[in-house]
Amino acid sequence: METVTITLKNAPALYLEADTISPDAFAGKTAAKIAELPVFEGNVPSTLGKYFEVSGDAGATAADTKIIVKGDVKKVKYIGFKMTAGELVIEKTADQYVGAWMKGGKILARGDVGAFAATAMKGGELVVEGNAGNYLGAAYRGDWRGMSGGKILVKGNAGSDIGMYMLGGEIVVNGNADVHVMTHAEGGKTIIKGNAASKLGGQMVDGTIIIFGSIEVMMPGFKPNGEVELEVDGTKAKFAHFIGDMGERHKKKKGVVVYGNLYKKI
Amino acid sequence: MSEYIIKNGHVFDPVQGIKGDKKDIAIKDGKIADKVSSAAKVIDAAGKTVMAGAVEIHAHIAGPKVNLGRIYRPEDKLFSCTPTKGMERMGGGASIPTTFKTGYEYAKMGYTTAMEAAMPPLFSRHVHEEIRDTPIIDEAAFPVFGNNWFVLEYLKNQEIENTAAYCAWLLKATKGYAIKVVNPGGTEAWGWGLNCLTVNDPVPYFDITPAEIIRGLIEANEYLGLPHSMHIHPNNLGNPGCYETTLDTLKLAEGYKAKNKFGREQVLHLTHTQFHSYGGTNWGDFESKAKEVTDYVNANKNITIDTGNVTLDETTTMTADGPFEHHLTGLNHLKWANVDVELETAAGVVPYIYSPNISVCAIQWAIGLEIPLLMKDPMRCYITTDHPNAGPFTRYPRVIKWLMSAKARETQINAFKHKDKVLSQTAIGTMDREISLYELAQMTRAGPAKSLGLSGMCGGLAPGMDADVAVYNFNPEKPVANPDDIEKAFSRCAAVFKSGVQVVSNGDIVSNGNKRTLWVNVKVKDNPQVTRDIKEKFIKYYSMTQNNYEALGHHFIPNPYALEVDAT
Repeated sequence: METVTITLKNAPALYLEADTISPDAFAGKTAAKIAELPVFEGNVPSTLGKYFEVSGDAGATAADTKIIVKGDVKKVKYIGFKMTAGELVIEKTADQYVGAWMKGGKILARGDVGAFAATAMKGGELVVEGNAGNYLGAAYRGDWRGMSGGKILVKGNAGSDIGMYMLGGEIVVNGNADVHVMTHAEGGKTIIKGNAASKLGGQMVDGTIIIFGSIEVMMPGFKPNGEVELEVDGTKAKFAHFIGDMGERHKKKKGVVVYGNLYKKI
Repeated sequence: MSEYIIKNGHVFDPVQGIKGDKKDIAIKDGKIADKVSSAAKVIDAAGKTVMAGAVEIHAHIAGPKVNLGRIYRPEDKLFSCTPTKGMERMGGGASIPTTFKTGYEYAKMGYTTAMEAAMPPLFSRHVHEEIRDTPIIDEAAFPVFGNNWFVLEYLKNQEIENTAAYCAWLLKATKGYAIKVVNPGGTEAWGWGLNCLTVNDPVPYFDITPAEIIRGLIEANEYLGLPHSMHIHPNNLGNPGCYETTLDTLKLAEGYKAKNKFGREQVLHLTHTQFHSYGGTNWGDFESKAKEVTDYVNANKNITIDTGNVTLDETTTMTADGPFEHHLTGLNHLKWANVDVELETAAGVVPYIYSPNISVCAIQWAIGLEIPLLMKDPMRCYITTDHPNAGPFTRYPRVIKWLMSAKARETQINAFKHKDKVLSQTAIGTMDREISLYELAQMTRAGPAKSLGLSGMCGGLAPGMDADVAVYNFNPEKPVANPDDIEKAFSRCAAVFKSGVQVVSNGDIVSNGNKRTLWVNVKVKDNPQVTRDIKEKFIKYYSMTQNNYEALGHHFIPNPYALEVDAT
């Protein structure tokens, strides 16, 4: 695997839309060619090389390419956009849409990520060592096709509306999550190790939410369904089981109505 | 104004009966001319196909429900935006493009005239603002009448003259073009939680049937002598077995003859016929009744139709048939938006994915193609996708490919997941007819222009007609190696002229042209009763005053073209 290191040298005045920072766009290119990749600063077309020092050539394919993003990229959007393979390490905090529409490969964000990280993710892995913003692993605005595969791990806290319209895959938040978790979901799983605020599973059709800490306000559309013993991420514990959202339509599987599941550690 | 001469192209013009002969087309002062001076700019069309600019008879391209679709479907613009390029402003949207993209895309495919198929009268100002912002193409809008309280009340008492006077007033107030009817009575019934699924289901409160509304509006239309006929989206759209309602609707036109000075021969235009040609009793035994419907239309010359081809895309359905959209959201569980328009109509919007892996969608695709292939007279059957309901209008080149190539149809049939079901429930697999370029010119130019009463103006290349001309990179003398070449050729014109101005060159927009808004100005005898009724309804029921209702002036209609009708 070849490593390309890009280091921010000129901070953009406006937000930089750098959807070309991905192993797929870099693959098969020399450092000089990578520096010519197009980006937008605001509505002005520009090149990656204007903002980043590029060192190292990419591998022949995305899978053979590792990218390390250095410097203060908190005004850079779309890092890892639509990536299908390879590796990407972001050393500091990045802005919105990290790993949006990603299908494969691995992103490690050592700082925080902004809102809409892993929007409509289909596969691969996103690890955030800091905090994640709102709409983590959610559907694009207006769309009903949210995250459908892959895995997200946030070691810090997550914002609101995570896993909105989720269809598959897994989100794990080691810290706390803000309001709205897996709204409208029809599949997938979200594990929150810390506390949640309110409106978990609103209009949820199918899917699973597991919460270790407290829930500030429980949705009225969820109904107690006994207690179960579960092993989650290596921890065995007793959980209170709720099903819902009772106000939403639900499919039948083999004659049995399928509900969304919410498990809260007792 | 500049002169042009389009030289040596293969010309297809049903108006003059030209079937691919090599001919020069001269353009002078915005019109097709017999000859031009030696100063005329020469466009070399050797080895290319030349036709009149195409005419869109039914699409939803401007107005509040289109805009509602744009607002509530930001994902429709995701990855479909085009930046500023030369003359072109930025655009976006796949099934509900921005106004600018709408104009550009039509022009690039060789379309120069388009009809907005459902204008809610109360929001005609909004419709006209969007039409104004859609560059290049001439446009007109059909106000909807089939659920309008005035119409329901007048027709209940069989007052044709009053209905006609009201229609004339509304066409003038809204700068409308034709009498459009959507699910007659059904949309009003839905305000009461009901629907009209046959032509004999009574409308609550008004105690009138869809049959009475349809016949009454045909009579009012012919009483006035409008350029276009009554244009109908019948009851019971999209349900298995709906073809019976369709035939009942068509039979209501029996005995009526067209009365107008515009050369129109039909009294009823049936729109998006595909959605109205379904047999079966449920989605399991769902089947094509295209033959039954086209047999009737073939035998009855006072009817024209358009197809409503399913293009197998993700799209946005939108119609003034409010109850249908509510029914649809129950089927696909996707987001639903609804608008009620006081006293007049309603509308609903739901996204829809016509998936080639779903048998119903594949059968709908087949029915849409069976209809034009079964129609004997291409002058009475026009290609539409009921944009965006069965697919975006930008897919016309693909529909043309399927119609012109049996091989292309076979390729698509083989790609369906439920191929056997498509072959057993439709006759598409047995059809080998391939639409010729001449027939295509009838179905997309001369035919719709005649049905709209515009045959003297557009849809042909006879001297004196508007110089709307499309030149395609398609050589009719060469065999088609790959059907996809047809789609490619009809997607981007080599050159397009709109009223004598070159608007497209090598597939790029080079001018915003001289876009006009067409409308119909009918003079009727003074009718104090109708004048009083209108005034009274505004005072009693409307949430706006009559003074704020009319669409007029430069802001709304900067470049009007009125077709004058005298019905006094």
